[in-house]
Amino acid sequence: MRNEPLRQILWKVGTPALTFGVFLLLWSTASANITTNLGQVPGPTQVLVQAKSLAVEHRTERRKEAEFRKNQTERNAKKLAEDPSAEVKIRKYTGRATYLDQIFTSLRTVFTGFLIASFIAVPVGILCGLSRTIMLALNPLIQIFKPVSPVAWLPIVTMVVSAVYVVPKEWMPKSYVISSITVSLCCLWPSLINTSIGVASIDKDYINVARVLKLGFFAKIFKIVLPAAMPYIFAGLRISLGVGWIVLIASEMLSQNPGLGKFIWDEFQNGSSQSLARIMVAVFTIGLVGFALDRVMVALHKLVSFGQEIH
Amino acid sequence: MVFLTGIFSSLMSVAALAADLEKDELTLGFIKLTDCAAIIIAKEKGFFEEEGLYVKIEPQANWKTLMDRVIDGELDGAHMLAPAPLGHTEGLLTKAHIIAPYVMAENGAGISVSYEVWQKMKPGLPLQEDGKPIHPIKADYLKPVVEEFKNEGVPFKLAMTYPVGVHNYSFRYWLAAGGVHPGYYTPTDTNGYTEGDVQLSVTPPPQMPPVLQSGTVQGVCVNDPWHTQISVRGIGVPVTSSLFYAKGLPDKVFGVTAEWAEAHPKTLKALVRALIRSGKWLDESVENRDEAARILSKSEYVGADYAIISRMLKGQFGYGEDDIRDEPDWQVFFKEKASYPYYSGAVWWLTQMRRWGQLESKPDEWYADLAKKVYRPDIWTEAARELVAEGKLDATEIPETDGYKTHPGSDFIDAIAYDGKKPNEYLQKFAIGKK
Repeated sequence: MRNEPLRQILWKVGTPALTFGVFLLLWSTASANITTNLGQVPGPTQVLVQAKSLAVEHRTERRKEAEFRKNQTERNAKKLAEDPSAEVKIRKYTGRATYLDQIFTSLRTVFTGFLIASFIAVPVGILCGLSRTIMLALNPLIQIFKPVSPVAWLPIVTMVVSAVYVVPKEWMPKSYVISSITVSLCCLWPSLINTSIGVASIDKDYINVARVLKLGFFAKIFKIVLPAAMPYIFAGLRISLGVGWIVLIASEMLSQNPGLGKFIWDEFQNGSSQSLARIMVAVFTIGLVGFALDRVMVALHKLVSFGQEIH
Repeated sequence: MVFLTGIFSSLMSVAALAADLEKDELTLGFIKLTDCAAIIIAKEKGFFEEEGLYVKIEPQANWKTLMDRVIDGELDGAHMLAPAPLGHTEGLLTKAHIIAPYVMAENGAGISVSYEVWQKMKPGLPLQEDGKPIHPIKADYLKPVVEEFKNEGVPFKLAMTYPVGVHNYSFRYWLAAGGVHPGYYTPTDTNGYTEGDVQLSVTPPPQMPPVLQSGTVQGVCVNDPWHTQISVRGIGVPVTSSLFYAKGLPDKVFGVTAEWAEAHPKTLKALVRALIRSGKWLDESVENRDEAARILSKSEYVGADYAIISRMLKGQFGYGEDDIRDEPDWQVFFKEKASYPYYSGAVWWLTQMRRWGQLESKPDEWYADLAKKVYRPDIWTEAARELVAEGKLDATEIPETDGYKTHPGSDFIDAIAYDGKKPNEYLQKFAIGKK
């Protein structure tokens, strides 16, 4: 029994480490034996090499950008020194987006979509939970739109955005708007459904208390309904964010939003011998970022769940 | 004093140039194919910057996305399939007036058939002295295979890249020249299968090797590097390059919307100047082609392996792993006036749209008018004359022409000569095709 804590640690760390090891082994043996028309399927080493080369490319690009800015400042200073009334222009660097930039674009896009979805899903979900009539009325729409894939929404969203959002702002290009809206259309449903279930299953006593206290509609929602339904709502939001991250990649592939989805599609189009390894780097990045997002949502969920166990 | 004025005037000219342009920060789109080289080289070799242009270049997911983004104004201009500006201006796809002041490449497409089909074609093929088949291979040899599929009731499926694109018309041309009916478009049949012996449909280039391998299609028409990948992996065999079935026609152009051109005339001229210089550089020497291959193989540009791109740019076409042949004109960017947007090139693509039923029958003047509205040699010439005046281009590099170039029968696989001034007469000469 003396070794119990040690055994616990070994068990907790060793088990996943072992599976991961077996996975790497299976992967490298399998990949060595499959040849595609882009060459051999990359093994763990090739993927690591490409991950490093992406990091190097990022640093090189940043250095080039810094040089560009420096030259520009010097050029402008010189111009002003010679002719104080000269018009100088600050130009943006026209280099390419690096892998790190693409990850941040993806994150920004998914959060925009997720926020839009949440601002619609939670209020509508509350209404559905409070009133059986509203629930009945909206149910067919929810059921029909819930299973639609992002790829189906995308052409419609693209056309509508192009028609409505005619003069894009520089900080909000069309491709970003299109991807975000597509994401929100797909990740709306889990939050909506969970919120309505959460609200509908609030202990009737609580609602009665609100009635006794003669609370107004908004007071009832903010003081009673929201706090009571919080665990359900956050469970829904957690699923929504997960769904959003999954559909984001597909929608970026086709909408030209310069995130991870576009990275994968561009690499696929490259068809070089490194392309598959670079796509694998993106696969792992997507997985790790998705995992991190989920952990953040779990932490938030725990905060509002008052000690219930969440996994 | 002389020194000072020298500095001053050179500063003035740069400043004047920059101040003169309506827009100097541009975003241009391209598809990952070697024929986008003029745009990439203009950026990498500094031709854009010398014209006062700060250009961001962005790969696009597919031709449809690219065209939509140009029409929407998200892209200032782009690398386009040579027939696409004509098709869009006429309204065969999203209607938008697009102009093409520069031809980015001639030739470069090719046709490959699956290994299974190749095995069936092979026994009948005429051979060279070394036992290798004589190229180009005509569709006459494909015909029995198509008939075999037909008798078994299996559709013979083929892949190309865009309905108003080079590969659609090229494939149809080659098939029809060998007596295989590629099918007509009709108002109710937008797939273009009517009366056809085969079914052509759109597939994105990177998916061509897998669909050919899985037997989803029996043949593909696309640009390299995909033929090289197909032949190297033994998935299929290239039967011909566009050099042999329709030589010297524009394959890709640089296009902008007419609206954009009107609002930015000086910027457009600066762009065309940079592209002309870039095209000239590309065709200047083998060393430049090699440097271009290194640049294009970067993952943010074409991204395919250097070995594959350089093979193509240096004019070597791989008919098989052990059968690489010299085709120096496999892809031409500038020499022999290739970058000049001839009206005759535009009219040729229009005759093919008519031939396969995408267009109604039209009088000869209609062809000339549309060509003139879309292909803009006037912009090209104006830019080129300035470059000649500055000593950056030779006067002999500007063609003396009314915009029409005649093609002898030897430019085509079916030996039918083409005169762009008489499109209707030309259409009469084809055994298969609407008149």
